[in-house]
Amino acid sequence: MTRSSWPLYEVFVRGKRGLNHVHVGSLHAPDDEMALRNARDLYTRRNEGVSIWVVKADHITASSPDEKDPFFAPSGDKVYRHPTFYSIPEDVPHL
Amino acid sequence: MDNAYDGLTDAGEERHWAFGTGFTAALAGVDRAIPDVDRAALAAYCLMLGDDALVYSQRLAEWCSRAPELEEDVALANIALDLLGQARLLLTRAGEVEAAGRDEDTLAYLRDEREFRNVRLTEIDCGPGPGGDFGTTIARLLVLSTWRLALLGQLTASADPVLAAVAAKGVKELAYHRDHAAQWVLRLAGGTDVSRARMIAGLERVWPFTDELFTTHPVEAALPGVAVDPATLRAEFDQVIDTVFGAADLDRPEVRQVAPLAGQAGRDGVHTEAMGFLLAEMQHIARSTPGAVW
Amino acid sequence: MDLEREFERVVAADHRVEPRDWMPDGYRATLVRQIAQHAHSEIIGMQPEGNWISRAPSLRRKAILLAKVQDEAGHGLYLYAAAETLGADRAELTERLVEGRQKYSSIFNYPTPTYADVGVIGWLVDGAAICNQVPLCRTSYGPYARAMIRVCKEESFHQRQGYELLMTMMSGTRQQRAMVQDAVDRWWWPSLMMFGPPDAESSNTEQSMLWRIKRHTNDELRQRFVDMSVPQAEKLGVTLPDPDLVWNAERGHHDFGEIDWSEFWRVVKGDGPCNQQRVAHRRRAHEDGAWVRDAAAEYARKKERAA
Repeated sequence: MTRSSWPLYEVFVRGKRGLNHVHVGSLHAPDDEMALRNARDLYTRRNEGVSIWVVKADHITASSPDEKDPFFAPSGDKVYRHPTFYSIPEDVPHL
Repeated sequence: MDNAYDGLTDAGEERHWAFGTGFTAALAGVDRAIPDVDRAALAAYCLMLGDDALVYSQRLAEWCSRAPELEEDVALANIALDLLGQARLLLTRAGEVEAAGRDEDTLAYLRDEREFRNVRLTEIDCGPGPGGDFGTTIARLLVLSTWRLALLGQLTASADPVLAAVAAKGVKELAYHRDHAAQWVLRLAGGTDVSRARMIAGLERVWPFTDELFTTHPVEAALPGVAVDPATLRAEFDQVIDTVFGAADLDRPEVRQVAPLAGQAGRDGVHTEAMGFLLAEMQHIARSTPGAVW
Repeated sequence: MDLEREFERVVAADHRVEPRDWMPDGYRATLVRQIAQHAHSEIIGMQPEGNWISRAPSLRRKAILLAKVQDEAGHGLYLYAAAETLGADRAELTERLVEGRQKYSSIFNYPTPTYADVGVIGWLVDGAAICNQVPLCRTSYGPYARAMIRVCKEESFHQRQGYELLMTMMSGTRQQRAMVQDAVDRWWWPSLMMFGPPDAESSNTEQSMLWRIKRHTNDELRQRFVDMSVPQAEKLGVTLPDPDLVWNAERGHHDFGEIDWSEFWRVVKGDGPCNQQRVAHRRRAHEDGAWVRDAAAEYARKKERAA
């Protein structure tokens, strides 16, 4: 049996004007154009969405949702990344 | 006892899932006055456009659970649902204009083959049955949606306010159907050797039924300002097809047209042999349970 | 070990586990199996009702049914997408299904001989599915929970359309009422079996509850379904085919008769009325579509090379 599977795309939909695009799920499509059309059919078939983004899943760069991933370990000891490291005189505005 | 169904539906949430299932009717607020024209002709014209949509929807729905990929299953069902929605509005209008007490279901389920006025291209088997495959299905979708989009585009200016409203709604749907077909024609024609051969075979299967689409029927001729003369659709059709074929590196099929029978074809109620089977299946429950309510 | 404690803390606090979190292998494997089976059930579940789209007896019913079966394809897709966040590959899950190596809900191995079956599937089968699925909206794995919220919202239409169809049919001819009762007689017991084996024999329940993948036991959900269905059946005017079905005031629940578990296991193991047919149908669609999937993939490759 042939195993020519289509790449995975992540789908983001803006439900109505004024809102951000929100991740709603994923789907498979042979290319970007078809991914957009498939997303329209699958995720907005009751007219929920006014705007759709699709992106190949392997084009997404992600960090982990919390600090249990080793990726975040360095930041724990890089105190200069934290705003409180810097003492700012009280009279400096808007900072 | 807690009820598992509570909290599942948000009040006021839009429920676009089927015409006539609770939300505002698709043509709410549209003037339903009947223009001052030959009523029999107008009713027949509504049937023509309604039957095209109904019969074609019946064919497309055969793909449900059989499409090449799940995403495509959803897409084809969407197209079938759009057409079914158009069919219901048009049959309802036909019944209203005819004023003989026939509603959409009486017209769909209790008419005989000779009373159906759809063009023959809508009724033939283009797959998933033995009469075709996905390539043939896409070929028909390209031809029919290109033609119907051109037709509905003109119909938006119809003197019948209901036809104009159905057309205005349908134009958006058909634009999507045509685009979907064109996308697939590009991919099948430009994909593998196998898919290219199947795309070409599919076009050869449906092309013999294209002349019929542009033949003016007396009913259409009797309704100036209300009906669209299909002969006028050829230029737009050719232009779109040439564009798609150009991009897909395809030639127009060189095949004979399927002849009418003694000058008559689908619009006159003269159909292919496939039509009887299609209707037998579609109408069987409704006809075998007289008096039943659904 | 830090990671394992963190996982347990997240689960115990009723927070959601997300795809890139560390998770025990057993948790991942259990979820992949459960979500895949659930997705397969949606896809196979298109067939018993899809059988009636071409013959639906009114245009409104046809539109509803087509939209419903289309929803099931959509639900399958939401669920496959959730499974893929765990590293599963949809093509591979599909292979497992069509080769009979992965199961789907046994309820879809029963046939739909009349249009009343469409109504009863909506009422009882979708009703049972909702009982099973609503708690899953709070399951511990985030992508699964989110997929289930979408599914449940849409399923509620399914159940209502089924019950509405049955009410309409019960107001029709004598033949139609008999059709409804016949369908209820055939689907009632298989619907009760949808909740799975009794708790005492359910091997996976305990660990799944600990991980908060499952939130209620099979028997709890089954009881809830029976209690909900009895008044609905009365309202409809049909008899549920169980002479032992009776209200137990002491328990505050309905007692019901013994389920024929030998029948359940027979169908699960492949000897139901439609097992081969359902898998063959899916396999055929998958195989017949291979040239189309290949074509689109090849076209994308050519475009990419040209770019």
